[in-house]
Amino acid sequence: MTDVSSEVRELAGREYQYGFVTDLETDVAPRGLNEDVIRLISAKKNEPDWMLEWRLKAYRGWLTMQEPSWQKARYAPIDYQDIIYYAAPKPKVAPASLDEVDPEVLAMFDKLGISLAEQGRLSGVAVDAIVDSVSVATTFKEKLADVGVIFCSFSEAVQRHPELVRRYLGTVVPRRDNFFAALNSAVFSDGSFCYIPKGVRCPMELSTYFRINAADTGQFERTLIIAEEGAYVSYLEGCTAPMRDTNQLHAAVVELVALDDAQIKYSTVQNWYPGDAEGRGGIYNFVTKRGKCAGANSKISWTQVETGSAITWKYPGVILQGDNSVGEFYSVALTANHQQADTGTKMIHIGKNTSSTIVSKAISAGHGQNTYRGLVKVLDSASGARNHTQCDSLLLGGDCGAHTFPYVEVKNPTAQVEHEASTSKIGEDQLFYCRQRGIPEEDAVSMIVNGFCREVFKELPMEFAVEAQKLLSVSLEGSVG
Amino acid sequence: MLRIENLHASIGGNEILRGVNLEVHAGEVHAVMGPNGSGKSTLAQVLAGRESYDVTGEVLYEGEDLLALSPEERAAAGVFLAFQYPVEIPGVGNLYFVRTALNSLRRRQGLDELDAIDFLSLARERMGLVEMDESFMSRSVNEGFSGGEKKRNEIFQMAVLEPKLAILDETDSGLDIDALAVVAQGVNALRSEGRAMLVITHYQRLLDYIVPDVVHVFAEGRIVRSGDKDLALELEQHGYAGVEQRAALTPSAAPVGATP
Repeated sequence: MTDVSSEVRELAGREYQYGFVTDLETDVAPRGLNEDVIRLISAKKNEPDWMLEWRLKAYRGWLTMQEPSWQKARYAPIDYQDIIYYAAPKPKVAPASLDEVDPEVLAMFDKLGISLAEQGRLSGVAVDAIVDSVSVATTFKEKLADVGVIFCSFSEAVQRHPELVRRYLGTVVPRRDNFFAALNSAVFSDGSFCYIPKGVRCPMELSTYFRINAADTGQFERTLIIAEEGAYVSYLEGCTAPMRDTNQLHAAVVELVALDDAQIKYSTVQNWYPGDAEGRGGIYNFVTKRGKCAGANSKISWTQVETGSAITWKYPGVILQGDNSVGEFYSVALTANHQQADTGTKMIHIGKNTSSTIVSKAISAGHGQNTYRGLVKVLDSASGARNHTQCDSLLLGGDCGAHTFPYVEVKNPTAQVEHEASTSKIGEDQLFYCRQRGIPEEDAVSMIVNGFCREVFKELPMEFAVEAQKLLSVSLEGSVG
Repeated sequence: MLRIENLHASIGGNEILRGVNLEVHAGEVHAVMGPNGSGKSTLAQVLAGRESYDVTGEVLYEGEDLLALSPEERAAAGVFLAFQYPVEIPGVGNLYFVRTALNSLRRRQGLDELDAIDFLSLARERMGLVEMDESFMSRSVNEGFSGGEKKRNEIFQMAVLEPKLAILDETDSGLDIDALAVVAQGVNALRSEGRAMLVITHYQRLLDYIVPDVVHVFAEGRIVRSGDKDLALELEQHGYAGVEQRAALTPSAAPVGATP
């Protein structure tokens, strides 16, 4: 029998089940970063000149920028010359159909529980599978094309839909938005591209699965989703990486654009390798995600479940430009072992009667440090703007921490902004109550934590909600000594 | 069924139970009465397996060493505690919670788990015992429940889990007279030959509804007097102070486990 604290200390022992490495023949760029490496990446992808120019401008901007230090996370300095910026499983030419995908790659995804081969028959989810720097397969393309939806890798979009990429790339997250976004803009390798034409409701969930496989590589994906007037799309992303002793950098940029009456729902289950019990290894997840409600009555909703990564640094935000537009952010962040998460959102109200909702649930265990950092900014143009923010933290044990930094800037007197916050410890009382009813301790912890997250889980698409609950339970496994 | 011998319990060096002796047989209802702070609730918590106490002495439950079991093992062996302050668990549906509890018990007992449909019909039937509205079932465990609703929920859970030994810790506190009657009616419906109950209360009024076989007076961490249901009435007249004085004159009071 254990008391709560010793039991929670055991959280450190949680096992990461996606930590295997697949032996793929990989084409890599030389270590380090300079203009030649960027030219190499661009050439590998056979990119047009404008794309290379765009990258080089980003790189030159990045050289003048400083790595941010305001986030509440501690880590050793990153040597940007010791990272490999491009790694691709061979063959590097994108396969025309699933039959041409390397069987090793298909087997790897099977092992991750995502059967690309069976996608066509079984589930109603279209998947873009990305390994290291390239997209290896995209399912359901033809079916989506029938309704005019474009869903492909970013590289393919640059080749086949350059006008759309040029029109929207960097319009939500500018090249020099921040240090990591600038780095991404210079070296981004692949990612997903979605375009939903006017009036189309995307007939299935779109999903990207990111997998880091090669060692010492950074992953710099770039995702761009555009919903034209009246369009609707629900997009999911999942991520895993092998267990390695060294830290790996993942600096992604995601841009969403919603025009009049359009809706984008973006869900993430992030389970990058978090490092071991002593805090060795794990992914640095430094990500810039932002959506722009460019049109009136548009809506962008972010839902994230963050259980992985050694350090998470991300603030999926919404620029509420169109009148009556709506932004939502629902987040569950779990930090165990020595994980650090500094995450939250930015809601920028520009249009009239814009509204935003923020629900953040932070769970800290072991030596985990969990920070909510959010900005609600109401410009003077945004009359009638409303925001409701709710931040709840749950502590498991005495060695972890929860922090909340809400920033609120209001320039319009008609705005209403509400903020609620709570911090609680997983109660001995709650645990005892469950156990007295016959529920074993481990199940009780998992039940209480899942209950705490319910408001967020109910925003996830069904399959993902089940996945997320399982993930939390696995993360909490071994919590009883 | 339950035999407690020389039970001591302390927390942070502070001794709360100071040699409790008690014997309860199947089918009996024992009331434990006593002033605030006398250790009644600690007795309930220790029997249910709360780990924050240092415990010595012996508790035999159906011939087994109860103190060696974890709280969930005690629950599986048929020990149920109706909490004085039922705990809120936000986001966990009440019905889901009770089903998880029942199936955890059934698993331990080597029985098949009940599926959602079978469970629902069982739950509906048991809700009737405490006149509980179905709308409670989809709400989170005890969250936003009034005091009376929480206590009804405890008795509802007891009705579903069907324990052998039910410990009711101040189930009457915070109840108005109508709610008290409903809760007591639920408890009485669950009295049976195979089931024993330990009813902990501060006030005699509960015992007007749940008539005990044995009444114990608890003071300063132990039982100072035992008797039949008339002892409760005597308490009502003379107060705890009066009864303790009398007890002081006749130290070894009534024999433990006096049967009616």
